[in-house]
This record gives sequence, structure tokens and C-alpha cells, in this order.
Amino acid sequence: MIQARQLKKSFGDLHVLNGVDFSIEKGEAVTIIGVSGGGKSILLKLLIGLITPDAGEIHIDGQSITGMNERELLKVRRKFGMLFQSAALFDSLTVENNVNFLLRREGRTPPAEIARRVAEVLELVGLEGTQKKMPAELSGGMRKRVGLARAVVYRPEIVLYDEPTTGLDPIAADSIDQLISRVVEKFKVTSIAVTHDMRSARRISRRILMLHEGRIYADQSPEEIFKSNDPVIYRFVNGIADPLEKTSLV
Amino acid sequence: MTSMAKQLARDWFGGLGRGTLLCRDIAVSMIKVKPVWRDVGYQMYFIGVKSQMVVIITGMFTGMVLCAQTYFQFHRVKMESATLAVVSVAMGSELGPVLTGLMVAGRVGAAIAAQIGTMKVTEQIDALRTLAAHPVDYLVVPRFLAMVLAMPLLTAESIALGILAAYLVASFLLGINQADAWHQMVRHTDDLDMLRGMIKTFIFGLIIAVVSCYKGLSCNQGAVGVGQATTEAVVYSSISILITNFFLTMLLNALL
Repeated sequence: MIQARQLKKSFGDLHVLNGVDFSIEKGEAVTIIGVSGGGKSILLKLLIGLITPDAGEIHIDGQSITGMNERELLKVRRKFGMLFQSAALFDSLTVENNVNFLLRREGRTPPAEIARRVAEVLELVGLEGTQKKMPAELSGGMRKRVGLARAVVYRPEIVLYDEPTTGLDPIAADSIDQLISRVVEKFKVTSIAVTHDMRSARRISRRILMLHEGRIYADQSPEEIFKSNDPVIYRFVNGIADPLEKTSLV
Repeated sequence: MTSMAKQLARDWFGGLGRGTLLCRDIAVSMIKVKPVWRDVGYQMYFIGVKSQMVVIITGMFTGMVLCAQTYFQFHRVKMESATLAVVSVAMGSELGPVLTGLMVAGRVGAAIAAQIGTMKVTEQIDALRTLAAHPVDYLVVPRFLAMVLAMPLLTAESIALGILAAYLVASFLLGINQADAWHQMVRHTDDLDMLRGMIKTFIFGLIIAVVSCYKGLSCNQGAVGVGQATTEAVVYSSISILITNFFLTMLLNALL
């Protein structure tokens, strides 16, 4: 369903991705892990065409999106839903209008059906009755839930999650993890999450890709990753800094 | 020094190129995608209705001061009756469009750049794109259409109120003969003066919309980035209006 071949991306002299290869099948729940600033979010944005790679190819359902212009990409993005790290809710719109944004703009779904679907996804994320609230009235966890509702209301085939639990307390983070699992189960979507929260990675995925030094370093199940004795994986999973790495903790 | 000049030139030409691409995207969007008139209407309200106070005060006081200053000069050569004629031609073809343009650039251009810039830095524009909405269709075209529709109306209002305020000052403060001043004004004010003003203000609207939207969309990260985009939107719009005005005056006088 999704194939990345030799993806490369640099910003000035900083080489973020140095030839990333992987493929993800329909219905898989995959998490991409790696250190902060290691290019995980960049990789996610490449998959949905928000940024273009310097080299390499991305295929979605066998169709290369690498050379597409923005208008062609809009059609491909209809297959995707995305939950942003900051939720990225439209702050001038109510919760309802955030969630029904795409359906309303497409104009193909009757208003009553749109309202029903909004109510359904808001109930799924535990925020029933919040349709008329503005994003500024919501907590961080609630905003992420609305972001999740917005990402799945139009039944996308693939849902991308950018650091879904970052900045949340452990209970809110756990509830987001549960929601992601529920979404995968209910809508049978392909799920790709990016996180450095190992607890979350274990809960929401069946397969983990580890991004290290711009390449896919490991492609294993969560159990294998947690049991791994590879020093790079072991240090990351257990949160142990490399003693030889120069740090400037001033 | 040379490398700095090269960098500046590269930035300037780069910006010009990206601005041109934005114009192309706007044109493509207007041809291919039906505008959401509700969004255009809201922007018309924001640009047109909410700018009333600024435009009214600017137009009236410019007309008044122009009237007074013209009178003080013309009074020496006994040409007071031509005062309103000067005011109406100047307001109609130059001051009305330029000052309205500068005021709208300050009030609306800044707001547009800040709104779009904030959406950019908070990933709302990326969110739009993931929801299969083109930022140019959703954010730029409604503002662009509203601006080019609202600017001529605001300018016409500014000109009319400027002339009215000048008439009141001339009649009741400066003691100019009302009938004579009015007759001279109607006689010396050509329809073409007003047409030139309307063409100019349409182009100024276009400049403000494109520059402000471009600055918002190309905003750098953080509060500093939004602040810089806002400032640059106002400065570049204002400078572009002043420079374009000169060339338009020469061109329109040659053509019309």
C-alpha cells in the first residue's frame, strides 16, 4: 500500500534522511521510532506529500506521488487522515466545523449525515456534546481527541499520527493510545505513528521501524524491539544516553 | 559586502519569483475552483465594513486639509473658486486611491499576513492540505476577491467624503462662494479622473492581497516570524503602492 524507496531529504548541510526504504501493507499498524530531530516527522510529512524528497520515490497504492503537483496531491491526500503533534485545529472554527471540514467543503454528503458522523466520531473520542465549543476552550488532550476525530470522520484508508502522546500527562496519553487502537479496530485503517514514547509504540503498533542516522535501522515487532540486545536499540528503548556522545548540558 | 549584496539580490528575486507563482496559483484557482462566496462575503465584511472608520477619517481630513491649503495659496492670486476643483481632481485621481490603499495595507494587509502566518506556524496550513484543501483556494482567493471588490468601494467612499468635507470647510470656514466653487469643481473634474482613480485602486487592492497573503504563507517559524511577516506585508504593500502609483499615473494619462 505504501512504499518508500531510497528517500533522501536535507535542509542545508543537515542530512535528515539518507536513503530510507520500507513498505507498509494495508491494515498494518506501524510505529516509527527514533531520537528527537532524527527525521521522523519529516518522514511522515513526506508520505502525505506535505514536503517533497530530494531523492527517492514514494508509492501510494502503486501510484508514485513524488512528481505530483499540489492539486494532484490533494486527490491522493483524500486517502489520508493525519493527527498533528499540536492537533493543528483551526482556531477560528468550532469543534463541529473542524471535524466536518472536509465533508462540508466537498458538499457531497447531506448535512444530516454530516452531523450524524460528527456526533459518532466525537462519541468515539469521548467528547460528545462539544460540537459548539471553540478549540481555545479545550485542554491539550481534548484538542488531540478532536484532531483524531477530524482525521477519521471521512473514513480515510491511512491515518498518520505525529507524536500523538507528546505533551500529555500519562493518563491522557494512555487514553489517546486506546483511542488509536479503537480507531484501527473500528475503521480497519492502516495506521502509521511517529513517536519516541516507547510505551505508546508498544500499545498502538504491531510493527516498529526504528529510524537511526537517516536510515531504517530496525524493522521488527514490538516484542523483538523490547528484547533486543543491539546497543542502539537497547539504549533508545531504555532511555540510556550514549556515554561516548558529546553533550553540552549547560 | 559583495556576498551580502548577492544574497540580498537572490532573496529579492526569489521572493519576486515566488510571488509570481502565487499569482499563477490564484489565477488557476479562480479558473478551476468555484469560490466559496460565503468566505468571500466574510472577508468583504472584514475588509470593507471594518475599515470604515479608518477610510472615513482619512478621506475627510485629507479633503479638509487639502481644501484649506489650496485656498491659502489660491487666495493670494484671487483663484479661491478653483479650490474645490483642485480638491476633487486630486482626491479622485491620486489621494483617494493612494491614501485608502496605504490605510487598508496597514489595517487589513497586516491582519491578513498575521492570520495566515499564525496558521502556518501552528501547522494549520499543513492540516488544511491534509484535508484535501488547497491553501490558495481556501485562504488566498476569498481574501483576494474581497480585496479587489472592496477597495474601489472604499476608495469611492473616501473620495466622496473628502470632497464633501472640503465643500463644508470651503463654505463655512473659508467663506468661498458655494455655487461658484461647486460649478468650478463640476466643470474641471473629468469622468476620466475618477476612472483613473478606480483603475488604480483596483490594482492597489490586488497588490495588497498578493503581498499580504504571500508574506503570511512564507512566514518563518515562531512569534518573531509572524511579526516579521506582518511588518513586511505592510512595508512592501505600501512601497509597492507608492511606486506603482507613479507608473500608473503616467500610463493612464497617456492611454485615457
